[in-house]
Amino acid sequence: MSIVIEAANLVFQPYVLLVIFGAAAFGMFVGAIPGLTATMATALLVPVTFFMDPVPAIATIVTATAMAIFAGDIPGTLLRMPGTPASAAYVQDAYAMTRQGRPEAALGASLVFSSIGGIFGTLVLISASPVLAEIALKFSSFEYFWLVVLGLSCAVFISPGSPARGLIALFIGLFAATVGLDNPAAVPRYTFGSVEMMGGVQFIPAMIGLFAVSEVIRAFIKRASDVRPPSTSGKSIFRQQATNLVTYPVQALRGSVLGTAIGALPGAGADIAAWISYAISKKFSKTPEKFGKGHVEGLVEAGASNNGAMSGAWIPALVFGIPGDSITAIVIGVLYIKGINPGPMVFITQPEMIYAVFIVFLLANVIMLPLGWIAIKGARHVLSIPQKVLMPVILMFCMVGSFAINNSVFGIGLMLFFGVIGFLMEENDIPIAPAILGLVLGPMLEQNFVTSMIKSDGSFLAFFERPIAAGLGLFSIAIWTIPLVLWLLHRRSARQSLT
Amino acid sequence: MKFIKTIAAVGGLMAMTGAAWAQEYPERPIQMIVPWGAGGGTDAVGRLLGAEIQKELGVPVNVVNRTGGSGVVGHSAIANADPDGYTIGIMTIEIDMMHWQGLTDLTYEDFDVLAIVNSDPGGVMVSADAGYDSVEALLEKIKSEPAGTFKASGTGQGGIWHVGLAGWLLSEGLAPDHVTFVPSQGAAPGLTDMVAGGVDIVPSSLAEGRSMIDAKRVVPLATMSADRQDAFPDVPTLAESTGSDWNVAVWRSVAAPAGLPEDVKVKLMDAIETAYHSDAYQDFMKDRGFGLRWAKGDDATSIVAADDAVFGDVMTKAGLAAE
Repeated sequence: MSIVIEAANLVFQPYVLLVIFGAAAFGMFVGAIPGLTATMATALLVPVTFFMDPVPAIATIVTATAMAIFAGDIPGTLLRMPGTPASAAYVQDAYAMTRQGRPEAALGASLVFSSIGGIFGTLVLISASPVLAEIALKFSSFEYFWLVVLGLSCAVFISPGSPARGLIALFIGLFAATVGLDNPAAVPRYTFGSVEMMGGVQFIPAMIGLFAVSEVIRAFIKRASDVRPPSTSGKSIFRQQATNLVTYPVQALRGSVLGTAIGALPGAGADIAAWISYAISKKFSKTPEKFGKGHVEGLVEAGASNNGAMSGAWIPALVFGIPGDSITAIVIGVLYIKGINPGPMVFITQPEMIYAVFIVFLLANVIMLPLGWIAIKGARHVLSIPQKVLMPVILMFCMVGSFAINNSVFGIGLMLFFGVIGFLMEENDIPIAPAILGLVLGPMLEQNFVTSMIKSDGSFLAFFERPIAAGLGLFSIAIWTIPLVLWLLHRRSARQSLT
Repeated sequence: MKFIKTIAAVGGLMAMTGAAWAQEYPERPIQMIVPWGAGGGTDAVGRLLGAEIQKELGVPVNVVNRTGGSGVVGHSAIANADPDGYTIGIMTIEIDMMHWQGLTDLTYEDFDVLAIVNSDPGGVMVSADAGYDSVEALLEKIKSEPAGTFKASGTGQGGIWHVGLAGWLLSEGLAPDHVTFVPSQGAAPGLTDMVAGGVDIVPSSLAEGRSMIDAKRVVPLATMSADRQDAFPDVPTLAESTGSDWNVAVWRSVAAPAGLPEDVKVKLMDAIETAYHSDAYQDFMKDRGFGLRWAKGDDATSIVAADDAVFGDVMTKAGLAAE
């Protein structure tokens, strides 16, 4: 217990708290601008942390990222410009809620359940890190391959229309993912001799194009009437979420657990977690037909999962120094500089440091609530801007974001191209979300498949030789075949009853 | 309104002083291109060095990440910029490999190499579960088993540690592909895969495996350098253990597009030298476990050129070079 008090002494100091507050505001600002990512926020903060003590240095980064991830939901919800691939999983529902005049309900849900997921993940991190990290270390490319297959399968379950349309969208995304040089064999594909094309299709410009630019195009063609948010819905932001928590406790818990578990795997992360959670939520929902049309249930589960995964990523990072995503990779570097060498020894040699870091995690997820509330209150005013003024401004932000991701005009071209694609897809009732998933997971699918095949000297059976891989593999195959078998059985019995 | 007038006045003043001092480099911000992603090791080196150069030259140094295409995109952006000293970049060892692979026509000759600021030798690491206590024992086992039994990982196809492994095998009289190379997205995924039982060897720098070595999951068997490394005094060199003379090290350098004016080049090199010797840079590199190495101008260029020749030879023998 004395260690915890010692750790609390490190954290609850005016300077550290001030730093946490400043970092939170910074993260909120960066995250709310479409195209500026949490990773970018972290990288910008690293030089600042050189001059700080270890605890405030870590606090700065942890708080800023947690906040940036939530703030990424703001443009997603209000303008249909998701900040991360993870938030793209539920942007359809969130944006639909905005169109129905309930932006605060959507943002409130992502705020509160992000916080719940994050706190849950942190509690798991505190209590079970070493055990979970051991399990995570058992995952090799065989297991990751099946996990990616599971993630991609979700595209079919979440698509609002027929599964066939979901598959079409998925393949568009997978195809775009094959462009470039960053594939296992390092062979340039579809680059047409262009150096920029060698970099491949970067998903931020593509995502902004598919979601936001297509919406701008539609607004100009259809002259959609302005959305007027109701002056106030009568209930406060947080009271609505209390109702959601009472209605969907299982969803919130399931999302948090699954998110933390998938986040703890260094080769997976928040992207896969949010999508799988959204699919599970729809699969087990009493009202799956409402998904994608402004239903809060999927938001609750995927939002919790998203931030649970963020916390989960710290499990392998702290126990073995293995980065779970680009953010933890940066922080591991900072930890080294501050003399806290991640690894099992740090729990024994510097327990007060590790507990201080845990307290910071919890604080970051709690401070998110009031700051997020202010951001939501401020951001809703965006909607009172008339469409003909708002749309050009959105387009401008799209361009800034697409340029900023790699400081190149090529990003803007990519964004415009995908804007047209996205518009054409939606006009033909092909959902956009699966294409994003294909684009994000395509390279992982290929990488894990090819490396597995090299390791097994070309034998496909190796995908079933390791126990976890076999389990995941059989589960994936069952997901695809059981509905088919049931359908065939159903048809046969229907035919028999006719004769 | 008053604000706008002030801005205009200051702007006008700056334009005038700018015109009067036009001869003096640098008069405007310098862009530093990093061909790798924000948050990685190269990015950290670039940002820290950039901050120190900024102090030295008195103009902002803006770090810009141009990623993708295994470094081709960023290196091309540096080489294709105007050689006026206002665009510099962090050039990494990939410049000596990607043209052999046929990915680009760019070579180190398209750059003015200003300085080498870091170098990390390759190593031989195995999983602790594998039970090898020396690189001789590992080599013995590799030689006794048929080709392809052992797998190694740690970079992409044709990446630095792939070439490092092939070079080592060649020096031991084995075929360069006697150990199958499994491409990965860097050393960390390779190490994770090795501990999970996916591959047997990771030939990356020992610094990259430090946390796993400390956690006793990974055993460092050898370093591919002429001398032992300060951070790993117990790890023998290849020459000490198997007698192989193979050395390989990954380096990072600061470079500019070829054809810089001589005075600009001297000024930049001096600024980088001061930045390199700053406490901030030295402490950062030591704390991160990155190796320090300094060479500037022609010395740096000859190191880059020597590696280019060696890699070309190994990559051709290993079938990694384009026809």
